[in-house]
Amino acid sequence: MDVLDLARWQFGITTVYHFLMVPLTIGLSLLVAGMQTAWVRTGDRKYLAMTKFWGKLLLINFAMGVVTGIVQEFQFGMTWSAYSRFVGDVFGAPLAMEGLVAFFVESTFLGLWIFGWDRLPKKVHLACVWAFSLATIASAYFILAANSWMQHPVGVELVDGRPRLTSIWAVLGNNTVLAAFPHTIFGAFAVAGTFLVGVAAWHLWRRSDDGPVWRASVKFGTWVGVAAFTGLAITGDMQGKLMFEQQPMKMAAAEALCHTESPAAFSVFALGDVSRPDCENVKSVTVPALLSFLAHNDFTTEVKGIEDLVPLYQEKYGTNYPVDPKLGELSGKPIDYVPNLPVTYWGFRLMIGFGGLAVGAGLLVLWLTRGGRTPRGRWFKWLALGSIATPFLANSFGWIFTEMGRQPFVVVPNPSGVDGVWMFTARAVSSSTPGEVLTSLVALTLVYGVLACVEVFLIRRYVRAGIAGVLPARKPDDDAESRDDDVLTFAY
Amino acid sequence: METFWFCVIALLWLGYLFLEGFDFGVGMLLPVLGRSDAERRVLVNTIGPVWDGNEVWLLVAVGATFAAFPAWYAALLSSVYLPLVLFLLALIGRGVAFEYRGKVDSARWRRVWDRVIVTGSWTAALGIGLLLSATVFGMPLDAAGDRVGSPFASIRWETLLGAVAVAGYAFVHGAVFLSLKTEGDVRERARALALKVAPVALLPLLVLLLTVQLRFGSAWTWGASTVVALAALGAYGRLVLRREGQAFALMGVVVAATVAALFGALHPNVLPSTLDPAWSLTVAGAASSPYTLTVMTWVAAFGTPAVLVYQGWTYWVFRKRIGTRHIPQVHVP
Repeated sequence: MDVLDLARWQFGITTVYHFLMVPLTIGLSLLVAGMQTAWVRTGDRKYLAMTKFWGKLLLINFAMGVVTGIVQEFQFGMTWSAYSRFVGDVFGAPLAMEGLVAFFVESTFLGLWIFGWDRLPKKVHLACVWAFSLATIASAYFILAANSWMQHPVGVELVDGRPRLTSIWAVLGNNTVLAAFPHTIFGAFAVAGTFLVGVAAWHLWRRSDDGPVWRASVKFGTWVGVAAFTGLAITGDMQGKLMFEQQPMKMAAAEALCHTESPAAFSVFALGDVSRPDCENVKSVTVPALLSFLAHNDFTTEVKGIEDLVPLYQEKYGTNYPVDPKLGELSGKPIDYVPNLPVTYWGFRLMIGFGGLAVGAGLLVLWLTRGGRTPRGRWFKWLALGSIATPFLANSFGWIFTEMGRQPFVVVPNPSGVDGVWMFTARAVSSSTPGEVLTSLVALTLVYGVLACVEVFLIRRYVRAGIAGVLPARKPDDDAESRDDDVLTFAY
Repeated sequence: METFWFCVIALLWLGYLFLEGFDFGVGMLLPVLGRSDAERRVLVNTIGPVWDGNEVWLLVAVGATFAAFPAWYAALLSSVYLPLVLFLLALIGRGVAFEYRGKVDSARWRRVWDRVIVTGSWTAALGIGLLLSATVFGMPLDAAGDRVGSPFASIRWETLLGAVAVAGYAFVHGAVFLSLKTEGDVRERARALALKVAPVALLPLLVLLLTVQLRFGSAWTWGASTVVALAALGAYGRLVLRREGQAFALMGVVVAATVAALFGALHPNVLPSTLDPAWSLTVAGAASSPYTLTVMTWVAAFGTPAVLVYQGWTYWVFRKRIGTRHIPQVHVP
């Protein structure tokens, strides 16, 4: 493998991994803030138990999100230095803003929240968790604005062959980020909602103590999940329409649509290999005209297929890579404008499919536990635990689809934007040696693998322990007077 | 405008070295000053609420470099690749270790994470010293800003000196911090240790500054380097008199003057090429457009004061000294 492949694998592994922690943190932090608000307002101990229990799981997860995020900040410079030079005038700004405006708030107020129990006034302490959780959302906005600029560069002019920022508002108000941001946030809530349902339903199945806490969690989680799924469908549709306009090849690849169709059918699933040579022989179960509707809100319009799009791309962006030793094996070779079809086609379907499974499982659990019921069969346990994984998978497949669907570009040309503001992924890598990138790829993957085991081990342990693990049972003599004021309420 | 942003980035590094400097020091001192588990918990809890916020200074320093000087960001990070990988692994390890060490009540579990904290803190402090001295002394860059030659080009005697200098400073800084933030036996031992090791541990920093001075220095960086030496002496004297707060503040002066001397010597370069001075990256050449810098200035103008206020408030909330009597019993599943 050359540096390009290694660097892409490294970016893919570290980013997908990082994004396992991120949506759970975003979603769960807001839900925990809601629980703590309910506790402060009603004084009901059930809500305190929920805050402490889910809050603890949030913290175990957050630590991993933070440390894997550090790698992301460095990675552009380390393995994608040519990219960083090319886009630096635009792309660095949202990243720096994320740090300065959002991540500082996040990490500082989280520290205050963890260690501030009983030390800060109740309402100030509550404000800390809100500051933390809203900052995670702001973080997501800046990062997605940076990513959306790569998908759809706006707000720039071309000076000396490099994009130069002309309007930060155009970058922050890019219609791509306006659709991607809510989609991602709803995805985060789908993760958190399903997490609540899955864990709480498992406790119900085990007949654990604190039944009311788990029932409240199932109900809360399910409705969060349903709302999130509705939001995902609406914003996903918005994103789809933008993508047809901004990245027609990505959407054709999502459908493995070889030939232009009018009206175009939506493929539900396909039998056989969807990669190009077999494109002709794929048996696909389709819904007539649905793709046209998804693309243009109209059941009759034409949707361009891959075979017809390739010549358009070749005409605009060339048929061959330039001859340049830095391009390695690709130097002078024809440019393949078609993304990896099995990945895009199945990634798109798995995203939708797992998302649907997640909300379906949530509703099923809610219905099965209605009116104080709890199924006794082992299948219910597996339904509960299995459902937790589904929105994580949906998120991962969604990102894999959207990032691999824009290949061979790292900065996708904007059809209505400034000419020349685009970049091939092959052009973006550093001039590092393959040995360097291989070393970091192996080292990071190994460490991430070990840490994944540790995190799962800890989460399992704290989930099992239930409320008793985070909130000691109240003893009769445990009133405020008798407690030693010198002992910290929380310490590592 | 470019020079202003060069100063902002120097300030961000200053914030990072000052704040995470003592975090690293606390991690290094864990096996030295923490004789029992309760004492080790005292040490970890002095930085528990703040270490994560401190680390953001690094992310912002690096992010701001990306935004304001993309060519600097790209050339430095890609050319110091392998040491950075080690540095990142160290940050990952110790960050997770702080959060996880107390999550299971088992001596073996804590021992493993303590080792990660110690190794991670040493590695990260050495790594950051290497990175900073690599940018001051330069890298073998070609005209395009790409490294020429071996992946180990960043490992030379100057950068190793820089690595040891920062680690030595962090060690002392951590001990002074602990003498300020703990009570009882730990406090006494932290102070005694700081007094014992400081003359040796701060020596590499002075040698580093002297080397930088002789090679790139100007009249006013002489001034900054002198301030470093005087502040270090002052900190020592204050610590002898048990004025830990003043000693800690003077350690802040040490790091501020160090950053001033290093970045002052670096200017107008941001990353010199050791092959040909014409290929050196300069403040003017590596900078983003004036518009981008203006945008960033507005963000920094509103963001930075807010950060200082709420981070300052955090330190105020957790201002009390911690001793073993404050450490609650372990209550974990």
